[in-house]
Amino acid sequence: MPNFKGIFQGKQKFVTVKAGQVPEEPADGLWTKCRQCAGILYKKELTSNLGVCGDCGFHFRLSARERIAITLDEDSFVEYDEDLLTTDPLGFPGYDTKIEAAKQATGLNEAIITGQGRIDGYPALLGFMDFSFIGASMGSVVGEKVTRLFERAARQKLPVVIFCASGGARMQEGMFSLMQMAKTSAAYGKLSEARVLYISVLTNPTTAGVFASFGSLGDIIIAEPGALIGFTGQRVIEETIRQKLPPGFQTAEFALEHGLIDMIVDRRNIRKTLGSLLSLHGGRREEAG
Amino acid sequence: MTSFSLEFEKPLVELEKRIEDLKEFSLKKGIDLSDEISILEKKADELRKEIFENLTPWQRILIARHPKRPTTLEYIDMIFDEFIELHGDREFGDDGAIVGGIADLGGRAVTVIGTQKGRDTKENIARNFGMPHPEGYRKALRLMKQAEKFRRPIVSFVDVVGAYPGVEAEERGQGIAIARNLVEMARLSTSIVVVITGEGGSGGALAIGVGDKLIMLENAYFSVISPEGCAAILWKDGSRSQEAAEMLKLTAPDLKAQGIIDELLPEPQGAAHKDRMAMARLIRDAVIKALDELSGIPVRRLVERRYARLRRIGKYVVSEMPATEAPMVAAGNEDMHVAPDVADVEGGSDET
Ligand SMILES: [Zn+2]
Repeated sequence: MPNFKGIFQGKQKFVTVKAGQVPEEPADGLWTKCRQCAGILYKKELTSNLGVCGDCGFHFRLSARERIAITLDEDSFVEYDEDLLTTDPLGFPGYDTKIEAAKQATGLNEAIITGQGRIDGYPALLGFMDFSFIGASMGSVVGEKVTRLFERAARQKLPVVIFCASGGARMQEGMFSLMQMAKTSAAYGKLSEARVLYISVLTNPTTAGVFASFGSLGDIIIAEPGALIGFTGQRVIEETIRQKLPPGFQTAEFALEHGLIDMIVDRRNIRKTLGSLLSLHGGRREEAG
Repeated sequence: MTSFSLEFEKPLVELEKRIEDLKEFSLKKGIDLSDEISILEKKADELRKEIFENLTPWQRILIARHPKRPTTLEYIDMIFDEFIELHGDREFGDDGAIVGGIADLGGRAVTVIGTQKGRDTKENIARNFGMPHPEGYRKALRLMKQAEKFRRPIVSFVDVVGAYPGVEAEERGQGIAIARNLVEMARLSTSIVVVITGEGGSGGALAIGVGDKLIMLENAYFSVISPEGCAAILWKDGSRSQEAAEMLKLTAPDLKAQGIIDELLPEPQGAAHKDRMAMARLIRDAVIKALDELSGIPVRRLVERRYARLRRIGKYVVSEMPATEAPMVAAGNEDMHVAPDVADVEGGSDET
């Protein structure tokens, strides 16, 4: 049984959203509404179901810390590079305050947490992106953390798993952002030459610059059901082709049908799947998960 | 030839026309107007200087998008001594928005790739306005791998508004094709010279824009997002693109200062389209110089250098705090945070 129970006992520290951020939330805060089937869900139940609607299987978005809690073996996570902080290289109007607000709202320094931990006993280097931090856009810090993770993994011969989520490049950092696509991809090349496994898990949404770099470079690409996956944003496509997009366009299911990903895995099975894949790639169990 | 002029060039274009008219009149009527003409020519020179030495980022973008700006195939024709075009990605099709082949540059065989806009409406439709599909990027990669096999250097010409934002492009893995090019270009065992001649539209440009030496024309731009897209995200108002263009720091001088490009190539007075041969000669000289320089570096070292070059890019600070402060916990809330599922990609570029 995965050890995510810690989240509810208050002994582990987790970021929570302010009340009101969950739309259409009933006043008592005990219930929430499924965004897909509109069913009323008892929050405690939703939580023990890892944020998956018990009725329709809709996967609610998770924060990076929640993802760590439900994916990794308890207390196995050690964070790396949390001392890397964002600057404002272009003097882009409003960027400073945007970063500050994102830090305040999420309790994170940036849109990704990287580190080392164990999944079902198997050690791995890990990345967890958090969409609530400026749409998990990739600026210099995200690019640097991912690059360092790949480089470290190549040295230590440890597999990498990154839970991706992103709206794309962080436009406020201009070309410094765009170049992170090339930087992280180059670092993946090194990892690949070291013959070290990289699994990318695409969560809702993984688009644009992150999809077109480390997001789609996994030796094995897994997606969560229903996740939006693609390069160009749907609004831009609709404006270009002047047509409504077909239903299900750019979903995980669409990506699977078109051969863009390896598999779709329900969040409730991800530990097992990852554990098996790590094991099949020579992973040695360090401790029962 | 119907002339197309940009708004800010108009006073100059009008003056040039007046000079032409006077010359013609003087010739026809046999009246000597050389004094008047030379005064006007001096005035035109001053005006040209004034306009082109003080271009705003937005004006440079307009020049980069100028319909008369030379396209990749036109440059190839002017720069190389011979060019044999090769087609297809061997998997799906042949994308007209990306061209490539083998060329002779002063006795040196090189592989050339580049994005290709049309020179008129008909060709633009055939070339999809120069916006590549995944098969275009895969064709470029095929030709680059071929270059590596035969130890030929690669010259890549970039002039693209962006990767094509379409349904089929997504179905065939636009993002995957771009990512794959980024990985391979970073580690190809041959030298790569990139010339950004016009538009450097985000990931669609970067996908053929990784190399050992990045040369950028004075009025080209290279940006994470189009100014229109940026303005739409910031202010929901695409008409404020001029402001966005200033903020994005996307001009050649900006990118030289940021260390993103290596060399800024000045354009002839009045920009590349005013004197294409002169522009082509400048590019040819710069590319030959770059290839000479790179050919002296052992391939292993070259690839290491290329990696180190990419590795350096990025601006961040390292906090002196021993560790981050403990994450916030909302009092009394033991529930798992279920974040709103409303996609707010503000700040993230969902542009191509
Ligand atoms: Zn539901």
